[in-house]
Formats: sequence, structure tokens, C-alpha cells
Amino acid sequence: MTERENILSRIREALRVPAPQPLGMTETPLPKPEDHRRVLPKVGPSESDRISLFAANAEELRARFVVLPAIEALESEIRSMKDAEGWTRVASHRGELTDIACAKLGVPVLLTDEGYDKTELEACQAGVTECDALIAQTGSVLVTSRGSGGRALTVLPPHHVVLARRSQLVADLPEAMALMRKKYHPNYPSMISIITGPSRTGDIERILVLGAHGPKKLTILLI
Amino acid sequence: MTTAAAKFKKDVRRVTADLRHRRIINAALDGYAVKRDQKKALFQDWAGARRLAAATKYEAINSLDRCLEQFARGLESRGAKVHWASTGQQACEIIVGILKQRNARSVVKSKAMTAEEIHLNEALARAGLDVVETDLGEFIVQLRDEPPYHIVFPAMHLTRGEIQETFRKRLGDAPSDNPEELTMVARRVLRQKYIQADAGITGANFAVADAGLISLTENEGNARLTGALPRTMITLVGIEKVIPRLEDLALFLPMLATVGAGQLISGYNTLYGGPRQPGEPDGPEEYHVVLLDNNRTRLLADAEKRDTLHCIRCGSCLNVCPIFRNIGGHSYGTTYCGPIGAVLTPVLKGLQEWKHLPYASSLCGACTEACPVGIDLHHHLLEHRRAAAGTKPSWWQKLAFKLFAPVAASKLLWALVTKSGRLGQKLHPIVLGTRLDPAYVWTRTRDLPPIAKTTFKEWWRRTRP
Ligand code: SF4
Repeated sequence: MTERENILSRIREALRVPAPQPLGMTETPLPKPEDHRRVLPKVGPSESDRISLFAANAEELRARFVVLPAIEALESEIRSMKDAEGWTRVASHRGELTDIACAKLGVPVLLTDEGYDKTELEACQAGVTECDALIAQTGSVLVTSRGSGGRALTVLPPHHVVLARRSQLVADLPEAMALMRKKYHPNYPSMISIITGPSRTGDIERILVLGAHGPKKLTILLI
Repeated sequence: MTTAAAKFKKDVRRVTADLRHRRIINAALDGYAVKRDQKKALFQDWAGARRLAAATKYEAINSLDRCLEQFARGLESRGAKVHWASTGQQACEIIVGILKQRNARSVVKSKAMTAEEIHLNEALARAGLDVVETDLGEFIVQLRDEPPYHIVFPAMHLTRGEIQETFRKRLGDAPSDNPEELTMVARRVLRQKYIQADAGITGANFAVADAGLISLTENEGNARLTGALPRTMITLVGIEKVIPRLEDLALFLPMLATVGAGQLISGYNTLYGGPRQPGEPDGPEEYHVVLLDNNRTRLLADAEKRDTLHCIRCGSCLNVCPIFRNIGGHSYGTTYCGPIGAVLTPVLKGLQEWKHLPYASSLCGACTEACPVGIDLHHHLLEHRRAAAGTKPSWWQKLAFKLFAPVAASKLLWALVTKSGRLGQKLHPIVLGTRLDPAYVWTRTRDLPPIAKTTFKEWWRRTRP
């Protein structure tokens, strides 16, 4: 017998005796997204509710969240960030929004789509990516290895700039999970990451430090 | 007394008298409690969330065979390799085997309690591999050759000064004791390790059955880098980590962060479903998932204790436990400490050797109340005590009860003993606190309350109308 069969047969043997049900549980209902929504933090029904909740969460997380009035504002916004921080190298990937953002940036742009050199990516001061969704409930950004230029681009450069469209701002976690399933099941990207705020640690005396391993800065531009 | 128990007693005596230790732990945990309660209050119905979480884990654990098969199928369909290990040693062999076959020399690792449980780092070191922990807290305790102090906050027992000292000694770089500067030293050192590493090893927080995905929770981004840069990625996961559906994460991710660290959601929650897929620019060429039993099926076979497999290792029961806060994480001498450790260890490692741990509890029930998946922890501790009492009592216990029984059974003897006890207590201060005190074992660490001046019977006789 293989170890797989050994383990599975031990499990089946063990499960022949039923376990007492946990406290307060009457039957085994399969919790549904509506059930989760009933207990999780509340999100208002309108788009402006979602935007203001996302903004409040971002502020608490020390992420920068900017709502741009139109796509035309994207180019100048990115350029002013470049000037303010003195970027000399930027990394990004091909995409409708990223193409616009990087087109006239005036610094070399490393595109990760066709593969890249780790050390070169490490040397970039910013990574500009698109995302699959923004989540108002938690102030999170959902990225995937397929839609955001791979696994490293969203975590290696010290400043991560996320570009999102208004239609991508979902209300809550149940909606984000449903979106993932609808879009990908069963053929999921090899990595899906829910990013909430810049990289952080509290491992030294529980004092918050940003930029432990990942980006020190996270900027989200909503278009 | 077993050696584990003797060591436990010795360590406990030292740590409980260490006021500095107490100050550090209390400061850290009090701050945590405030944040946790703030985040809990954001939930519309926390009690309802706990019930849903308990029901979901109940469902997963009680259909564990089907969940695991489904989980493995999903991963395999994307080209991941799934390995099954009955014991910790097998898991170590599998992992060392993969690394050898891939010609790996240096390994970056992100925090995994399962790896601590099977002593993976030692096995890797024996095989000549260079392993570095990348979670800042784990990195610090690894530099100090210590086990993690807490399952979520590995270095919470250290001050910034001690960490500076460790960095100065081991890295030759510690500009100040400022937490930010120290973190940046670690960031620089570890970035180099990441770029050079041949393989990355991670743990897992959840195994999503119906999607065939691993879910990993962290704040620093170290697990993200571990999964992004090296050519080979290995995830070690206990078989109890399954949850049935992708949608369940919508509940578990915020609950874990809330009780685990006082955050609404952790910084990075990442799902891994395979090696680099066609059309993706990076990611490992090979992805291995090692499923670990290591006596978990023994817990499963005990229907009464099966719910201990619902544990999501949030650390919340440790944080609220008055015993943990006083004796500290290292005193337990086990991988899993605190109330959950005291419940798990006697089953995983044997009751005879570890029967003292269930007594490291005041049975106040704070752990049960704190547990997000509703594990009846203090009840399990009590059951362990009952089972431990069923094991052989020592000769002095037998003798003590032999003497006590006739005294308690006779009116006359009882009255005599309580009367002389009262007299004895008057003389007690003469020897109190010295080894001449016959009650020294007790009075060394506790007060001896005075025996009442009158017995109930005497009082009744006097006051009865
Ligand atoms: S027993 Fe409950 S409270 Fe303790 S670590 Fe596990 S899930 Fe958390």
C-alpha cells in the first residue's frame, strides 16, 4: 500500500465513529455566501459607500488611495509620482491601463511578461500593475500571477502601484471569492494574492514597521 | 516524575519569578487585546461567525478523506506533485529527497509550525542544506538557536536591545535598537538569500478542497517571495488544514486575522495552485505539496477530541491564557504551547510523558471563549486530567489518601485534626517560607488561607434559634 492509501484508510477507519456536533450547531447546513455576509463587517449598498469604505480602510492601513476622475489623469498622476520619488527604473506588464501609465514615463520600463532577470527587477523602484479586483470591506487588492505580471512584480519592488477600474471595486470578500470561481474554476492561476496594505511586521516588540520584505509603499489608483 | 515534567517545573519556577518577562509579555498581549476587540466589533455577528466557522471545520474534518482527495486532484491537474507522509520522518525524507534531486543547496523558508513539529530544519541541516527562516520573528529566533516562543509571534519575548545584540553578534550589523532599522537590516540580508535561493519551503494555513489551492497568511511578504523567486517550491501542510470550499475563505481569513493579530485581514493572503502555468512569466518550475499525518489520524479516531483538528493555529487561546502569560511559551517544552498545546501534546506525544500539561490551566475557560472555531478546550483539558488520574498514582499520593480516608470518615478524628490545625497555624509563621515548614511545597508559591475560627457545626449550634 502507498502512504496515500495508508493515510486515507486510517481516516476512513477513524470516521466510522461519528463525532459529537459542535456547541450550538443543530444540523450541518452548508454555509453560503449570504450566511457569511450576515456575520462579516457591513458594506453599504452603493458605489460611493464602497469607495468611501475602501478609502477609510486604505488610510488605516497606510496605503495611498486616489480616485482619478478620468483615464486621462492617469498619465500625469504616475509621472508626478515618478518625479516626487525620483524613479529611474520601473517594472510593469502589458495591459490596457499599464500601457497607458508607462507609455510616456520617460524612464526605462522593465516588462515582466516574457520573463525577466531577478536582479534587474530587484533594482526597480516601483512596480506598476493591474489587478483582478479591489475589495471595499477590507481595503484589499486582489492580484493574480496571470493578470498582474507574475508572482514577483507585485511584491519585489519597494513601491507597488495598482491601477484599477471602478467596475473592479467589489463590496466584500464573499463577492471576491465568487468572482475568482466564476472567472477561473477549475483552471486557477498558479498564484492569487489578496494584498492588504504595504508589507508590515510587528515582530520587534509588536511595533509596526512597514516594508518588512515586500513593498514599503502601496498606492492604489481608481479610474 | 517524567523528565519532561521535571524540566517543566524547573522552567516554570524560573519564568514565573521573572518580572521582566512578565512585563514584556503583558505589554505585548494587552496591546493585542485592544486591537482584537476593535476588529471583532466590526463583525455584524461574531458569535454567528464562530458558529459558521465551527460548522465548516466540522464538515471538513468529518469528510476528511473526500476533502483530501479532491484537494490533491485539483493540485495535480495543474502539475503540482502531492506527497503523503504518515510520519514526520517520512515528510523530512520526502523534502530532503526533492531538494537533492533538484540539486538545491540553499533554501529559504517561510514560517511553518508543522516544520517545527517534525524538526525539518535539523533534517535539512543534516543533509548539508543551508536553510534560512525569512519571517522576521523566526529569523531572529533562528539566529539565537531558540525555538519560537509563540505560534504566531515567535520573538515576542525579546526586547529590541536583545535583538540588536543578536544581530550584532550574528550578522555584524546593528546600527541601533530602533525596530525599523533592525527590520531593514533583516530585509537587506534576506533579500540576498532570496535572490540566491534554489528552493523555497512554506507552510499553509488552509487547504481549499474544492479548488485544489493552498492558502497562506502572512504580513511581511516573505512567503510571497518564497513562492515567487526560487525554482522549486515545497509546501508542508497538516491534513487537518482543509476547508471544503473556496468561498469559506471569505469567513476564515478575516476571523484568523482578527483573533490572531488584531487585524481585520492580514497583509497577504495568497493562494497557490501549482507551478508556473503556461503563459505566466515567473514562478517555480516544480511545486510539491507534502501532506502530513504525524498522529493527526490518532486525534481523528478519538471522536470526543476530533474537534481539536478544527484548530486554525490562530494563537488566540495562548494570548488569553493566564497560565501562558505567566509561564511563557518556552516552558511548555513543546512545538504547540498554551491551551491547545496542552490538549494536543498528550495525544500526539503520549499522555504518560506529558500528563502534567493539562494541569497547566486554571480551567477558567478563557481559551474556549477565545477560540474562533469553538473548540471546547478546557473541557478537553479536564478529560486529559481524568485520563491522567487513571494512569498510575505515585506512592505518596496513594499513602496520602489512605491516611486521609479514615480521618474524613470519622467525626471525632476530623474535629481533632481541624482543631489542632488551627493551633498549628498560630505557630506556622515561625517556619513560614523556610524549608522547615512542613507545607513548604505549597507555601513556597501560594498563600495558605487561615482555617476558619469556628466550624460550620459550631456556628450552627450557637445561632440556631
Ligand atoms: S485552539 Fe482555537 S484559539 Fe487555540 S490556536 Fe487553535 S483555533 Fe486558535
